[in-house]
Amino acid sequence: MTDFEPVIGLEIHIQLATRTKMFCGCELSFGEPPNTRTCPVCLGLPGALPVANAQAVHFGLTIGLALGSKLAPRSIFHRKNYFYPDLPKGYQISQYDEPLCLGGNLGEVRIHRVHLEEDAAKLIHVGASGRIHASDASIVDFNRGGTPLAEIVTEPDLRSAEQAGEWLRLLRTTMRQLGVSDVNMEEGSLRCDANISLRPAGSTELGTKTELKNMNSFRFIERGIRAEIARQEKILGDGGKVIQETLHFDPSPNAHPPITSLRSKEEAHDYRYFPEPDLVPVAVDEQMLAAAAAALPELPAARAERFERELGLSADSARLLAFRLELGDYFERALAAEVDPPAPPQVLANWIAGDLLARLGDVEGAGGDPNQSRVAPEALAALSGMVAAKQVSVGAARQVLDRLLSEGGDPAAIVQAEGLAAMDGGDELAALVTAALAANADAAERVRSGNAKAIGPIVGYVMRETKGRADGGEVTRLVNEQLGI
Amino acid sequence: MSEPTDLTAAQAARAIAAAELSADELFAAYHARACADRLNCFTWLPDEPAPSASGSSESGTGHTDAVRGVPLAVKDLFCTEGIPSQSGSKILEGYRPPYTATAVQRLQAAGAPLLGKTNQDEFAMGSSNENSAYGPVLNPWDPARVPGGSSGGSAAAVAAGLAPWALGTDTGGSIRQPAALCGIVGLKPTYGAVSRYGMIAFASSLDQAGPLTRDVTDAALMLRQMVGRDRRDATSLDFPGEIALPGAERLDGVRLGVPEELTGEGIEGGVLAAFQAGLAQAEALGATIESVRLPHAPHALSAYYIVAPAECSSNLARFDGVRYGLRVSDGGDLTGMYIDTRHDGFGAEVKRRVMLGTYVLSSGYYDAYYARAQRVRTKIVEDFAAAFAACDLIVTPTAPTIAFELGEKTGDPLAMYLNDFCTVPMSLAGIPAISIPCGLSGSERGLGPGGAGLPVGFQLAGPAFSETRLLDAAYALERAFAFDGSPVRARVGA
Repeated sequence: MTDFEPVIGLEIHIQLATRTKMFCGCELSFGEPPNTRTCPVCLGLPGALPVANAQAVHFGLTIGLALGSKLAPRSIFHRKNYFYPDLPKGYQISQYDEPLCLGGNLGEVRIHRVHLEEDAAKLIHVGASGRIHASDASIVDFNRGGTPLAEIVTEPDLRSAEQAGEWLRLLRTTMRQLGVSDVNMEEGSLRCDANISLRPAGSTELGTKTELKNMNSFRFIERGIRAEIARQEKILGDGGKVIQETLHFDPSPNAHPPITSLRSKEEAHDYRYFPEPDLVPVAVDEQMLAAAAAALPELPAARAERFERELGLSADSARLLAFRLELGDYFERALAAEVDPPAPPQVLANWIAGDLLARLGDVEGAGGDPNQSRVAPEALAALSGMVAAKQVSVGAARQVLDRLLSEGGDPAAIVQAEGLAAMDGGDELAALVTAALAANADAAERVRSGNAKAIGPIVGYVMRETKGRADGGEVTRLVNEQLGI
Repeated sequence: MSEPTDLTAAQAARAIAAAELSADELFAAYHARACADRLNCFTWLPDEPAPSASGSSESGTGHTDAVRGVPLAVKDLFCTEGIPSQSGSKILEGYRPPYTATAVQRLQAAGAPLLGKTNQDEFAMGSSNENSAYGPVLNPWDPARVPGGSSGGSAAAVAAGLAPWALGTDTGGSIRQPAALCGIVGLKPTYGAVSRYGMIAFASSLDQAGPLTRDVTDAALMLRQMVGRDRRDATSLDFPGEIALPGAERLDGVRLGVPEELTGEGIEGGVLAAFQAGLAQAEALGATIESVRLPHAPHALSAYYIVAPAECSSNLARFDGVRYGLRVSDGGDLTGMYIDTRHDGFGAEVKRRVMLGTYVLSSGYYDAYYARAQRVRTKIVEDFAAAFAACDLIVTPTAPTIAFELGEKTGDPLAMYLNDFCTVPMSLAGIPAISIPCGLSGSERGLGPGGAGLPVGFQLAGPAFSETRLLDAAYALERAFAFDGSPVRARVGA
């Protein structure tokens, strides 16, 4: 059977966190009673006209700069015409062949384009099905209608569901760091459709793609893409052909099949795009560019690169810290603390990514924010420095961390108060090793005869006696020395 | 002073400012005339013979006294808060908007009370006012004839003295052509000079609001209250400088360009004769007459009938029965409701243009039609720019014919469209143009009151934002032409 390679591109809509809507002065809605954030413009009343939101254009340019896109000196809005009750004008104002931003990349994925448009209103279908067909009635809430959206379209550079999920997290962090959106999938401020096709491994031609919609959480995105890849694999494996169509993903466990057709290419709308005559072109001047550049913070990809290059972190550590804004910030605050002995960056990174996050109940990259814990970044820096200088053992340091998490405080004081300071490799430790060998004569003999793993009970004895203050490496060295190995 | 309704708007405003005339008395006089209207000019009139809206005196324009108390008739398609605004369509029957259009608001703020809403072709699509869902308007010069369109109600009301002046809109000639056919003054401003906010759109890149008045002075007076950037209309612009009231008596040194393409074939003989007599009078005032070329003007109508329907097919998509206006549903599905509502709500001409526009924007046809029409439009803009290098203003007959009979062209859309032959090029170029009456034609056929003929319009067009110059030249010509519309007002009012 042929091996297939998935080819995936994403289309991401993010709601921009502007004060007002894309083309009118209504404030954005956050759960207000239905149809209270509306005006003649966003209701599409006769005679009303759109005026483009300057803040949305600014956010669009900021996104374009962050993604390394080419910013169009002049871009225009088009009308995308179709009838639907959530679209009060009978057309959506969007951008078509002259978008605000073209090209660019985020990490290993190339960006095709970024453009601005307006969100549709919210339809609520009353009745059993919850979908428009067979519902008793449909009611429209125009609060959301006209919310500014940036649509980001990638090139088909992703090769697996997991990679798509990971990249989308990077995008989310980037957008959050830019401050242009809440990027919350559950609340719909981040929405993602996937274009998926398969091709024989090694081929460079693209297969027929499908567009998968309705994946409204990170988990569902990966599951949905996996399900669609499996579906296409089966079709192609059976010698069939994939039909170009728009698909709906149903994440509920009893959805069989989870993927159903929304419409095929033959039924596709002819949107009759044409330049929006009610708006003037968006002409980007030096001042707007400067404002967007000034709004640009260091972005996750650049931060990871800096962590690697300047601080010598491993690539994995650098990405883990940089791709989660809160971890990166915590790390940098800890690094800035003046502690003696100093904390080497990689040791500090390991403590944050390992013991600290695990203790914060971090699950699947969500939930654990050390900034919200009692462990001050300065404290973790001091602790890491002491570990690196072998002033405390790793085991003792874990005890200190537990205390910091429950009570906060200064690690040096905790070490002092609890007597957790590492024993130096002097006579006291050598005497304890001698006692340990005596108490575990069988084990000592096995070690002597070449079984290195038998050392465990001997080291364990020393650790018990020292309450973990001894350095494991030093104990092993002394054991071997006394056994003449 | 005989009757207050004999006064022009400027004269009435002066009389009110001087306390020689009360605004209420003036309003009541016009209200009475409008209520007795037999021409079907109005789609809405207030019940009370008192001003329904009076503006504040704190308008920033500084000309408030110049219009204070002069009642204003407003074309139906302008949104007026709480007052039916139906754009001549059944689909908006009884629709009362929650806000008022900027142009109306500015005039109301300057003290002009709303006299009534005037009849029009449905969604401003038509040249005879026969496409109104509320019945045709009759021409006050001859009630068997059309007043022109689409601002037919506004033009007929002013010509008949049922209103001192009226607000209209012009997309391809909808102010100028009815003004010509009714023997009054009509001005289409530079595109962007007046806010379109609150005008129920026909074709967004062409629609402009403008005055229909008894004389040129009144047109200037109304226009200068309306112009200026509106933050609610992204295509509106600051008007450079101020629109002065016209006062020129001569045209010395003014070069009038006569484009061959718009003054030859297709223009009715009597109209051409009246136009040429007008040119002779212009020369007598000191103007020089230059022959100019607008090589792409003959293609203007074709381009217009692609661009305007394309925009209208999209602009009218909002009339879907979901939120306001007519809804026709047999309880079936959503698509059925859309189809039934739009089938019953729109008239034949609107449907024709929506279908034309949908077609030309369709995938595979866009480049052949819409994109090409836009290129023609660019050529026409360039034509005018070249012509204005050789002359100051361009002059043509406004319409190729005098008012035609009701029903004469309803079976032949193309013949109807040709009535905008001389006005559409300026609309595509976005430049200002004014029509003033220059004489009568048709006396040889015994047409018009007493067989004296029917009005002919003389059109002057200038570069963008040349309104002051345009009005000045029109003022000088108006005095020379000495056209008298008062007998019609007297007869209709009697």
